Amino acid sequence: MLGLILRRLSISAVILLVVSMLVFVATLLLPGDPAQALLGQQATPERLEALRAQMNLNDPFAQRYLHWLGGLFVGDFGVSTASGGSVAVLLGDRIAASLVLMAGAAAISIPVGVIVGTYSALRRGKAGDHAATGVSLVLAALPDFVIGIALVTLFSTTVFTVLPSVTMAPPGEHVWDYPSQLILPILTLVLVIMPYIIRMMRTTMIEVLDSGYVEMARLKGVPERQVIWRHALPHAIAPVAQVVAIQLAWLAGGIVVVEFLFRYPGVGQALVDAVTNRDVQVVQALAMLIAAVYVVVNLLADIVGIVTNPKLRTGGTR
Amino acid sequence: MTTIDTQLEASAAVVDTPPGLLRRIVRQRQAKIGLVLTGIVVLVAVVGPLLLPWLTGYTSTEFAGRPFQPDGLFGTDNLGRDIFSRFLDGGLTLLVFAALATALGMILGTAAGMLAAYQGGRLDSVIMRGNDVLLALPQLVFALLAITVLGPQGWVVVLVIGITHAPRIARVTRSAASAVITEDFIRASEMYAVPRWKILVKDVLPNITGPLMVELGLRMTYSIAAIASLSFLGLGMQPPTADWGLMINENRIALTLQPWGVILPVLAIAILTVGSNLITDAVARASATVEESK
Repeated sequence: MLGLILRRLSISAVILLVVSMLVFVATLLLPGDPAQALLGQQATPERLEALRAQMNLNDPFAQRYLHWLGGLFVGDFGVSTASGGSVAVLLGDRIAASLVLMAGAAAISIPVGVIVGTYSALRRGKAGDHAATGVSLVLAALPDFVIGIALVTLFSTTVFTVLPSVTMAPPGEHVWDYPSQLILPILTLVLVIMPYIIRMMRTTMIEVLDSGYVEMARLKGVPERQVIWRHALPHAIAPVAQVVAIQLAWLAGGIVVVEFLFRYPGVGQALVDAVTNRDVQVVQALAMLIAAVYVVVNLLADIVGIVTNPKLRTGGTR
Repeated sequence: MTTIDTQLEASAAVVDTPPGLLRRIVRQRQAKIGLVLTGIVVLVAVVGPLLLPWLTGYTSTEFAGRPFQPDGLFGTDNLGRDIFSRFLDGGLTLLVFAALATALGMILGTAAGMLAAYQGGRLDSVIMRGNDVLLALPQLVFALLAITVLGPQGWVVVLVIGITHAPRIARVTRSAASAVITEDFIRASEMYAVPRWKILVKDVLPNITGPLMVELGLRMTYSIAAIASLSFLGLGMQPPTADWGLMINENRIALTLQPWGVILPVLAIAILTVGSNLITDAVARASATVEESK
């Protein structure tokens, strides 16, 4: 089992390395000179040359790549071409703000999704199940910004005007000092990822409830509550953990649209701004950051899968 | 001889498998609702542009009055253009781009997946590792990276969404195809020295249409969402084009004052994606029952 996990770990590392090459090659394809972009059209040739040397633009490609890659590990993400400031400083607070959103969405959607999915499976074919399945089918189809705008029209502009539709924290203060501004963005993310958790939970739970050992437990007179909690639920968790992980990984990219919609000062908004300004350094840093989160979460999901799979527990390989 | 055999098989198939996949799909209530929903939106998107300026009196880029006024049926937008005209004109590009991106992804993904399954060995692992790399970047982030480099243009959006679909489709194709390629009829074709591409297209492909149809529906829904999202971020279609995603971006500042500029395109996109998701779900069920009855 340990060997399998280590193998999976090394695959993830290689994938991230290849992704970093892919992301870095993007700079080469970009027309124009980053030094020129920073200094503007009026820059003297001497200053341009000095900045190029300072940004290592005259070095061979491989050396620049290694320099950039090494910088990533020590938190040096380069200099923003649009603002001239350090990318790491620019992103510090935003990463924390985005993590608040992601953690909030995960903390709500996972338990609620598991409970609704289980409920749906237990009441298979009844009204409650039909409602839960129907709603999650519709929600799963809707793009995230559609859900977000629907919530904004519903709760902040047109029907009820109870919640703020944009995030506005004065400079120097944190977004989480204003919890009411967090409700709509988090609710949007919850509604986007929960349907998948519900559907997966319902499917696996139905499968488990139909299995031989659950029937056996029922036949020998184990109380229904105990059948569900002790016999059925633990077996349904592993596949659901995979879906949860996929959804969490999706969050890393999905927050882009939601943050843009609510003008939330997080990583996603920064990415959209950077793309609009063609600020390559920032786009590169954020793409790597999001890819890293994505790969790590997927890795964790696979490890959960390996650990909870009884067939692999004894050390046998697939 | 093979033609006679296939004819015999075909006639036998007609006798003992009554409803085909398509009929199984249409028979479901869900699919009917989905077809009606998507049908309405597609009709609006395709016929809408033809009705301008006859129906509303304005083209989609013509100025109809002051911004955010309740003139006409649904009022004017941020630059004083007629919202209804822009709504009617804004769906076709989204649909066409989504269809092109989906088609590109399906072709690339199916080819890569079938080749990986059939060839096995080194080619298989190269293709699947390549997939893993592409899958390590979320679709939207990949698209944003490409747009940073190449600029926000239609073909970039289509290309990048298509390419990011491909590895996901390739995975499904590979697992579906690897179940088929061990069958005897494939080995028979190999013995007749049928060329590889012909085996893949004539023998493997028809046997994995079920999962591929599901994938097609799923990817179409995602393409619509992704392309509309990019336009909504201001990084897809560029002004002054009339486009549903862009309309939402342009008019959301005045959601309290003039909600129609946002609500019309949001509703259209919602109905479209829910409809196509219902159809996909029905296809998945129909192809699952086909598999079971085999």
